[in-house]
Amino acid sequence: MCAAPAAPSARSWDADPILVVDHLSMRFGGLIAVNDVSFRAGRGDVTAVIGPNGAGKTTVFNCITGFYKPSAGRLAMNHGGPVSATELTAVTAAGEAWARTAKGAVYLLERLPDHKVASWARVARTFQNIRLFSGMTVLENLLVAQHMSLSDAGLLSPAALIGLPSWRRKQKVAVERAVYWLEKTHLVHRADDPAGDLAYGDQRRLEIARAMCTEPVLLCLDEPAAGLNPRESAALNALLLSIRAEHATSVLLIEHDMSVVMEISDHVVVLEYGGKIADGTPDEVRHDPRVIASYLGVDDEEEAVAEAKATKALSAEANP
Amino acid sequence: MASAGPVDVQDPGLLNSSGSAAGPPVGRPARREAPRLKRAAGDALASGLLTFFVLLPLVGFHATESGTGSLMLDYRFGLVGVFALVVTAGRLVLNLTVWRERGASRRVARVPPASVAEAEAVASPWPRLGAALSSLVKPAFFGIAIAYPLIAVTLVGGLGPSRYWIDLGIYILTYVMLGWGLNIVVGLAGLLDLGYVAFYAVGAYTFALLSTSVPINDFLAGHLGDDFWKAWSFWVCLPLSGLLAAFWGVILGFPVLRLRGDYLAIVTLAFGEIIRLVLINWVSLTNGGAGIASIPPITFFGMPFTSGEGGFAETFGLTYDSMHRMIFLYFVILGLAALTALVTVRLRKMPVGRAWEALREDEIACRSLGINTTLTKLTAFAIGAMFGGFAGAFFAVRVRFVSPESFTFMESAVILAIVVLGGMGSQMGVAAAAILLIGGMEMLRNLSFLKSAWLFGPDFDPTLYRMLIFGFAMVAVMVWRPRGLVANRMPTVFLKERKSVSGSLVKEGHG
Amino acid sequence: MEIFVQQLINGLTLGSIYGLIAIGYTMVFGIIGMVNFAHGDVFMVSAFTGLICILLLTTVLGMSSIFLILAITLVVAMIFTGLVSWTIERVAYRPLRGSFRLAPMISAIGMSIFLSNFVQVAQGPRNKPIPPMVTDVIVLMERDGYQVTLAYKQVIIMAVTAGLLVVFWWLVQKTSLGRAQRACEQDRKMAALLGVNVDRTISLTFVIGAALAAVAGVMYLMYYGVVNFADGFVPGVKAFTAAVLGGIGSLPGAVLGGLLIGLIETFWSAYFSIEYKDVAAFSILVVVLIFMPQGLLGRPEVEKV
Repeated sequence: MCAAPAAPSARSWDADPILVVDHLSMRFGGLIAVNDVSFRAGRGDVTAVIGPNGAGKTTVFNCITGFYKPSAGRLAMNHGGPVSATELTAVTAAGEAWARTAKGAVYLLERLPDHKVASWARVARTFQNIRLFSGMTVLENLLVAQHMSLSDAGLLSPAALIGLPSWRRKQKVAVERAVYWLEKTHLVHRADDPAGDLAYGDQRRLEIARAMCTEPVLLCLDEPAAGLNPRESAALNALLLSIRAEHATSVLLIEHDMSVVMEISDHVVVLEYGGKIADGTPDEVRHDPRVIASYLGVDDEEEAVAEAKATKALSAEANP
Repeated sequence: MASAGPVDVQDPGLLNSSGSAAGPPVGRPARREAPRLKRAAGDALASGLLTFFVLLPLVGFHATESGTGSLMLDYRFGLVGVFALVVTAGRLVLNLTVWRERGASRRVARVPPASVAEAEAVASPWPRLGAALSSLVKPAFFGIAIAYPLIAVTLVGGLGPSRYWIDLGIYILTYVMLGWGLNIVVGLAGLLDLGYVAFYAVGAYTFALLSTSVPINDFLAGHLGDDFWKAWSFWVCLPLSGLLAAFWGVILGFPVLRLRGDYLAIVTLAFGEIIRLVLINWVSLTNGGAGIASIPPITFFGMPFTSGEGGFAETFGLTYDSMHRMIFLYFVILGLAALTALVTVRLRKMPVGRAWEALREDEIACRSLGINTTLTKLTAFAIGAMFGGFAGAFFAVRVRFVSPESFTFMESAVILAIVVLGGMGSQMGVAAAAILLIGGMEMLRNLSFLKSAWLFGPDFDPTLYRMLIFGFAMVAVMVWRPRGLVANRMPTVFLKERKSVSGSLVKEGHG
Repeated sequence: MEIFVQQLINGLTLGSIYGLIAIGYTMVFGIIGMVNFAHGDVFMVSAFTGLICILLLTTVLGMSSIFLILAITLVVAMIFTGLVSWTIERVAYRPLRGSFRLAPMISAIGMSIFLSNFVQVAQGPRNKPIPPMVTDVIVLMERDGYQVTLAYKQVIIMAVTAGLLVVFWWLVQKTSLGRAQRACEQDRKMAALLGVNVDRTISLTFVIGAALAAVAGVMYLMYYGVVNFADGFVPGVKAFTAAVLGGIGSLPGAVLGGLLIGLIETFWSAYFSIEYKDVAAFSILVVVLIFMPQGLLGRPEVEKV
């Protein structure tokens, strides 16, 4: 059954969610990392998942991107448009991993292996500790990401083996797309350098560019601003906003940097001890007493100051 | 220690062993020269003593069979002493010359385990030169390889005498091809395969069994002529051998490819051994340890290399010479090796090849990009196996005899050593390593000069020492260049400029 | 039933030998993540050292007390084999520390080739027999002329193995060396920063592994009464198989794996076909690894994303 969240239906993310997380739980042995979390990410929104360290944010991410199989719960990706509760229930009951719907398709991520979460449900992600192909060049990294569009004729297409024109055309398109994303991330001058040689901030942007090269419907970013200086952080904000504005990609991000969260997100979900404690617009969350009590730990008046220091406060308050 | 005089309290051996902790570095530069000499001498003495004790049981005593069958002991303490002295002297000379600087720096910077990058900086003196020459190396290699029989015949003076050299060329090229095949699995996809010889065996036995099969021969004789199968069996079986090996690659690969790292290594090793043991024990099919003999020889696309009517020599108006077949074999293996190289080069530029390399770099990131890692690994395994199968069929037609003895773990180890020594992923490196290792091992057969009276005397059997030196050389080369001969990786695509990627950034895979 | 009991005894004996060798593999793997391919040949070298020592004691010094001979031989073999292993680590592996994972492996393969050929050159290619040493047996059961026997040498092998394991267990669990070893297993760099002498710890690991292999070598020599320069490879591979089967990195796992491989081998030979006994051992390894990739007692590998 699709349990409707408590929030009023006026919210944009309830009307047309791209991702519906229902009663997600994840246990590791006796440890409950995520306990009955439900939220929705709106189509075209930037949705932020925040919370103290150990709140279960990355676990939620790993469930969404298929790296963990959740112990319980449903993760539905809606391509094309909203999916009615009855449609969703039917798919769930039928035991299918995905189904066509009136407006597009729905994918149940918990039933897909990780690579299909990326290739079918089109969920791309970045990693908290950057995972680039460090021995390959920047350009090669972006071409690996276009694996799917390049190999739609099969992994070992003979056209590619002998280098037919049709294959070259595809290759050219792929390089062009890579260059487009390199320009967006200001990395085009490093295209022929090994990814492992880039500076930290550049590696973070390259990872986003690589994820975008898979042409995702949902882009999941695991702490994209971690370790960035204020200037790089601002550039990241601009990049994410332009992705939202110019591409049909919704963004889901985990972030500790409050300036990033408050500035660019449309919707904030707050986790603590593996459960959800708040869910709303940045303004609502900022004024939510439970969030302030457990998370920011400061009075309303000091909030402006606290916001600036949020990153610091978080790392200091790390122990839940 | 003999050198310790009455004033000398410090034991040089002690000083050496606890060099990093001994005393503050204050005032060292002033009395640097004397301690260095002492340290060098102490180190040399310690190594000499160590050599003496390590060699004492197995070299100092020799268990020989007496007339009655029980063992007796001979003594060779002199020999042990000679070895110990040689090591001491050699170590002393090296300490005072080549290792002078290294010794000093090593003592200071022992504590942190050298990072890969540091090791790389020390270990690869010519990355730039390599990059500059690499565009020339490939054409040069293939040019020389094509001209090799001509060169050999000209230099040695005649077809007949060149037999040894052509044979050596064939032998080396077989290993070049095997190295290139395994390179796909180990070098590109980063999957450690210790049982590659299994696919070599599958290829060889497929060809051997099919070409000597009486039912097939009889069946085809009825339809296509008596000599058809004899004339064409290699050309029909070659692709079959490759395909069957690839099939086995998939069969073996499918269950094991979700294993990681060393587990994959041990399971592939086990598979290699299983296949060899089955070949030995399934006597009704494989004739067991006796092997399969009288495999039909290779033909020039159906034209036999015989002196008679319709033979190669007669058709082309040449005088018959058994070397024609050898030279043809040479070009066949050269063609097969070139095919392996070309296909690999192409595959690296294709999604599957890029996925292999990406898999070697970071498997989790691959999965996040939608790459089906199981399928990707399986293709690497299967394609590597296929080339192993081709090489196996070639081996069978060259030797015209197969037996399980040719497919031991040692063979897998040698092929893997060629790949690692060459520098994983680099084709020219692998070729160079194959020439070095296999050619070098062959050269060791010609150690007969050691038999001269003033060295070891005529009773000395140099061939015994061949594998001894080979094993030692493997260790020495790895210590000398842990990343292999060509450590750098060439990118497959570039925007403005093709820059080689330093080996220290390239990962080696975990699977 | 009688055959079963007899094979159980034989299997446990063989398994003890495999287990002792397997500990060397598993310890080295645990501490530096390297498959020490030369370990099987170190085992063979130790058997030869034992052979020389026994010959020296009996034919030259004329000793006759079997137990004294065995005890001296064990000690001598352990010391010399430890020395050899220490040297090997120093020459072939230490320079490669911190580099590339495959380099030490290739170096070890080279070392393995070197050792077996060294022994061939130094001692000759033939089988080296020793006179049977402990020939007494205890008859446990007898029915229809089939005797179930427990040879004294089997008792010795199992008792020595068990005793050594206790000592060894104490060494790893209770001493500072053991603590340093476990620290190096977890994080070598951090251990070095905290003052653990990593190089020395690794050297000692090699020496201990070799000493246990030396015991196995002397036992092997006593049990079979013959040794050959090529005898390192097969027991080496089997012991490695045992280490993986038990869960590589786990010491009790190595012993358990060794016993299992020994049992599988003897039972397969007794009940099915002796030709396929190695195939059986390897097949079981493959099956276990596929369904239980971390081995029987190994820690499951957690994939960090």
